[in-house]
Amino acid sequence: MTDLATYNFAYLDEQTKRMIRRAILKAIAIPGYQVPFASREMPMPYGWGTGGVQVTASIIGPEDVLKVIDQGADDTTNAVSIRAFFQKVANVAVTTHTSDATIIQTRHRIPEQKLGENQVLVYQVPIPEPLRFLEPRETETRKMHALEEYGLMHVKLYEDIAHNGRISKTYAYPVKVDGRYVMDPSPTPKFDNPKMHMSDALQLFGAGREKRIYAVPPYTEVVSLDFEDYPFEIQKFEQDCALCGAHGVYLDEVVLDDKGGRMFVCSDTDHCEDRREHGHVGEMLAPSKEAAE
Amino acid sequence: MTDTPLLKVSGVSKFYGSRIGCKDVNFELWPGEVLAIVGESGSGKTTLLNCLSTRLMPTAGSVEYRMRDGNFRDLYHMSEAERRFLMRTDWGFVHQNPADGLRMTVSAGANVGERLMAIGDRHYGKIRETASDWLSRVEISTDRIDDQPRAFSGGMRQRLQIARNLVTGPRLVFMDEPTGGLDVSVQARLLDLLRGLVNDLGLAAIVVTHDLAVARLLSHRMMVMKDGHVIEHGLTDRVLDDPREPYTQLFVSSILQV
Ligand SMILES: Nc1ncnc2c1ncn2[C@@H]1O[C@H](COP(=O)(O)OP(=O)(O)OP(=O)(O)O)[C@@H](O)[C@H]1O
Ligand SMILES: [Mg+2]
Ligand SMILES: [Zn+2]
Repeated sequence: MTDLATYNFAYLDEQTKRMIRRAILKAIAIPGYQVPFASREMPMPYGWGTGGVQVTASIIGPEDVLKVIDQGADDTTNAVSIRAFFQKVANVAVTTHTSDATIIQTRHRIPEQKLGENQVLVYQVPIPEPLRFLEPRETETRKMHALEEYGLMHVKLYEDIAHNGRISKTYAYPVKVDGRYVMDPSPTPKFDNPKMHMSDALQLFGAGREKRIYAVPPYTEVVSLDFEDYPFEIQKFEQDCALCGAHGVYLDEVVLDDKGGRMFVCSDTDHCEDRREHGHVGEMLAPSKEAAE
Repeated sequence: MTDTPLLKVSGVSKFYGSRIGCKDVNFELWPGEVLAIVGESGSGKTTLLNCLSTRLMPTAGSVEYRMRDGNFRDLYHMSEAERRFLMRTDWGFVHQNPADGLRMTVSAGANVGERLMAIGDRHYGKIRETASDWLSRVEISTDRIDDQPRAFSGGMRQRLQIARNLVTGPRLVFMDEPTGGLDVSVQARLLDLLRGLVNDLGLAAIVVTHDLAVARLLSHRMMVMKDGHVIEHGLTDRVLDDPREPYTQLFVSSILQV
């Protein structure tokens, strides 16, 4: 026997993939609804994206091109190891270019570049249940979803405003999908919530430890919860990216020295590189711009 | 009071296996009327209250409730969604232990506002204003609006639980020993408050208590239970001043002498 024969394509056996695909189909049919599935042991610990990995493993084919990001970067340990895993067990092409990918697995961000119909975004989800924080009983949260009793979600937002003067939640900001199910977009920054709305790409969410899969099919309404007098708004960044000059993108703060020096750069590293390749320059890379003028 | 009852209870029985919880209970409740259910420990008061409020499914019997549209609905044949909607809009349920009826880890304001948000209120400022208004009505200083009930005394918690229930303007409130866990002085103040609210709002209420003083102060009518059966039923003053059943006579004299 060859080495390859010890693995099935994409690690999971076909039976398991069929089971997960059925869960995915059901999730697509009921946007935002959490479908239970028999999550398998994966050769990586929970918290390392086992839910997303199982979803990706079930939908990936030999022709696919895979991109994996953690925060917005392709080069973190988590992203690198998941990418390497699929290279090994599925022998698929991988990329860091958003536009070249057919499947993008992410732990937080949605790429800045608009996704298309030929792309699938797979989210790694730690806690899929948006009602969990105030209602720990699973039987009760299930009932609340079934009966569309979502008052608690606003109780949480109310508390936020009462204590902070505004809705201070910046990650995992709850949304209502297709006017029916309230969904936790997981650790995605709320900056990216608007990108989920009417997306051309299929969005799949996998929670390994919690054994849940849910989905937002293409062109589905995704509305962030809010109050009339405290409307949802995304983070606004004053600065432009120091490297590529991009404005209106999600920025990470980078500490430069121990004297308080810092800069803000694109969290989406591929987006930043792509812009620089196309001649865009930020403040940091054009230090003498003013002097030259 | 109108000439149509709010609640029609017929033949309600609940068995726990072979043990009787309550047996063959029949009565009608009119809008704005307060009914006290009294009896010693284990007589079936809580069982009956839970059956009436659909928190418990009875073994037999029916309870019909007149909805806001004037039509009677059999509570046990409603869908769970309808029942739960009724419970958080047109009904209230005040637990003996406030922790059972409150969210202890969210602010007083959110506790009161929850029902409003549940029925679709989406204006923070208005929800807060209503919550604040209700806090003053139950004599909780409005500067406590952002405090959690964990930081409240027993009496305050109970008053908060009442505000949380009344904010949607229910027509019927169930209460299980509402003053039960409180100091005597605190009990008196709460009773006063409850009596005022019930009168002002024209609420119908079913109050379970083993304290005849509570029944005397709050209720128009009372039912005396023993071993799961209603053994006497009548206007509160009549039952307390002129009890007919020997058991009631004993019960009344033993307690009123204290
Ligand atoms: N879940 C249960 N399972 C079995 N028996 C029960 C259950 N709940 C109550 N009972 C029994 O039913 C009878 C009525 O109990 P219930 O709690 O309704 O009385 P109560 O009048 O409310 O008493 P208390 O004043 O002590 O609260 C008692 O004999 C009790 O032991
Ligand atoms: Mg009881
Ligand atoms: Zn950039």
